[in-house]
Amino acid sequence: MSAATAAQTKFEGSTIDPREIEKFAAIADQWWDAEGEFKPLHMLNPVRIGFIRDRLCAHFGRDPLSTKPLSGLSICDIGCGGGLICEPLCRLGADVTGVDATGQSIDVARTHADRMGLSIRYRHAAAEDLVEAGERFDAVINMEVVEHVADLDLFLKDAAGLLKPGGAMALSTFNRTPKSFLMGVVGAEYILRWLPRGTHDWKRFVKPSELAASLRRAGLSLTEVCGMVYNPVEDSFHLAPKDLDVNYLAFAIRG
Amino acid sequence: MTRFDVVFAGGGMVGLSLAVALARSGLTVAVVDRETPEAVLDLAYDGRASAIALGSKRILEQAGVWKHMDGEVSPIWDIRVVDGHPLRGVSPLFLHYDHTDLGDEPFGWIIENRVTRQALQKAAAETDGLTQFAPASVMRLDRDPDMATAHLDDGRTIAATLAIAADGKFSTRREEAGIKISGWDYDQTSIVATVRHERDHQGVAVELFLPGGPFAMLPMTGNRSNIVWSETRDAARRFMALDDAQFLSELKQRFGDWLGEVDLAGPRFSYPLSLQQAERYTDTRFALVGDAAHAMHPIAGQGLNMGLRDVAALAEAIVDAHRLGLDIGSASVLRQYEKWRRFDNVLLAAVTDGLLRLFNNDIPPVRMARDIGLAAVNKLPPLKKFLMRHAMGTVGTLPRMTRGEAL
Repeated sequence: MSAATAAQTKFEGSTIDPREIEKFAAIADQWWDAEGEFKPLHMLNPVRIGFIRDRLCAHFGRDPLSTKPLSGLSICDIGCGGGLICEPLCRLGADVTGVDATGQSIDVARTHADRMGLSIRYRHAAAEDLVEAGERFDAVINMEVVEHVADLDLFLKDAAGLLKPGGAMALSTFNRTPKSFLMGVVGAEYILRWLPRGTHDWKRFVKPSELAASLRRAGLSLTEVCGMVYNPVEDSFHLAPKDLDVNYLAFAIRG
Repeated sequence: MTRFDVVFAGGGMVGLSLAVALARSGLTVAVVDRETPEAVLDLAYDGRASAIALGSKRILEQAGVWKHMDGEVSPIWDIRVVDGHPLRGVSPLFLHYDHTDLGDEPFGWIIENRVTRQALQKAAAETDGLTQFAPASVMRLDRDPDMATAHLDDGRTIAATLAIAADGKFSTRREEAGIKISGWDYDQTSIVATVRHERDHQGVAVELFLPGGPFAMLPMTGNRSNIVWSETRDAARRFMALDDAQFLSELKQRFGDWLGEVDLAGPRFSYPLSLQQAERYTDTRFALVGDAAHAMHPIAGQGLNMGLRDVAALAEAIVDAHRLGLDIGSASVLRQYEKWRRFDNVLLAAVTDGLLRLFNNDIPPVRMARDIGLAAVNKLPPLKKFLMRHAMGTVGTLPRMTRGEAL
């Protein structure tokens, strides 16, 4: 039985869409190639990590420029893929658990962390499995995940269930706008060939208002949204607080 | 085996500056150098002085090195570039750079390399996280996608996330990495000596373009000047073979008597000149800095300055990645450094080479053209300002350290 079929069987009836999992299994090995299939994620990473680090430091009263500013915080990264977010957070001192529904990604992540000498707990599971097991964290990370889930409300309810009271959640996703269709789908997948065609389904992209409402139903309050904009001259991304047209980050806390 | 963040092959002025800057920002750094710190501070090891530009001073300040040089730096308030001939005298047209054209900071400072090395050793000693392995040499550097491992001649091994070669112009680590160099040798050798003179130089640096090559008089502390005197190889060999009295007499013919009586104030050294550029500055978990990446003719006094600009750029790329918990030896960090530095280095080397070819020419029309050219630059403030700012290291998109900001 292939990993994808196994995943399909295991997650039958959950919030995860089996067809989405299969797509990622096919390209799992590519995770750590900064020039490969996941180039845009590698390019987005400094901006995403900077946002996560700074907002968590502000929320938990840490100095972001100190050594290991996140030490002592337990963080769960849902949809961790090859570990692109887990490894930096671990180096910053956090106690990190990475969760992904694709077994192959977890294998890639585990092997890579081991080679880098980093101690990260990786689990081939879904958020609801951890909730059932009674696991709770100071922070939950959902990067480029909510646009791939079948039921946003159900998914966020599970993710929020992993938070301790006073915990925080950082998210990123694509807005559903004509511009995100052009840039995120047509541009990234068809013109620049950054991503394999069919990686994204534009209809599943999430508007900030929809995200805010869904978070609220999950018991969280959205405290900030901030855009990420690609600069073709510098060939890099940067934060753009007012431009939420394509990619955006969000931060929410559990009261 | 302890794993360091960065291992350096070579702890010279550029390597140690970067090592100190990184360690002060919280990284663990290993520096391997074949000389002990004591041997390096001996006057006979390196009798040269360097012109430290404003941008370089800021970098040394941010690295916590400058404060250890107190009282041993000599500011340059004016630069005079003169076209001359030892027998025919000095051309009436010359280029005059006055620091007040740009502000109230000096153009730069003349600092003996010995002083810089001493200050670096002091800064290294007071920096946590910096470990020196000296005397020792890196015999082999193994690099794979996960880490770099340096094998030392004394049998020790050092594992690190990133390896940096700061092992000079003839870098063996660069050769081992298969990085080719392009460039050429000049039929020129620079003679370097320190002289003592009767009168105060008042912070004026003079660059005299003689038919044999440029002759620079750089103001040092305590009524001394550092002479960088370039000649063809054969002529340099002859001058180096002279006894002190004969050598001084040749030197005086060029130095002139504008500062009164002149005498030698230390041993003389000679360095063959060449210009070279590494075809790339980075490889898997590997970066070149300083002379290992680019070595150039000292005509514009830019060798160390270019090396320190490498320091500012690479330190920023590494520290920014480190603060985000990213892999500091990854291709994206190295690409940022390469993009930042290579264009600047190639441009300056080309400009320097062009200047040298123009001034190393004794054909009358060329002499006249450059006399007029020098005068013309003097009459064109915007061009002059650009050249001055470039010499001061304050042109272009600058790394934080070069702007005088904390890393």
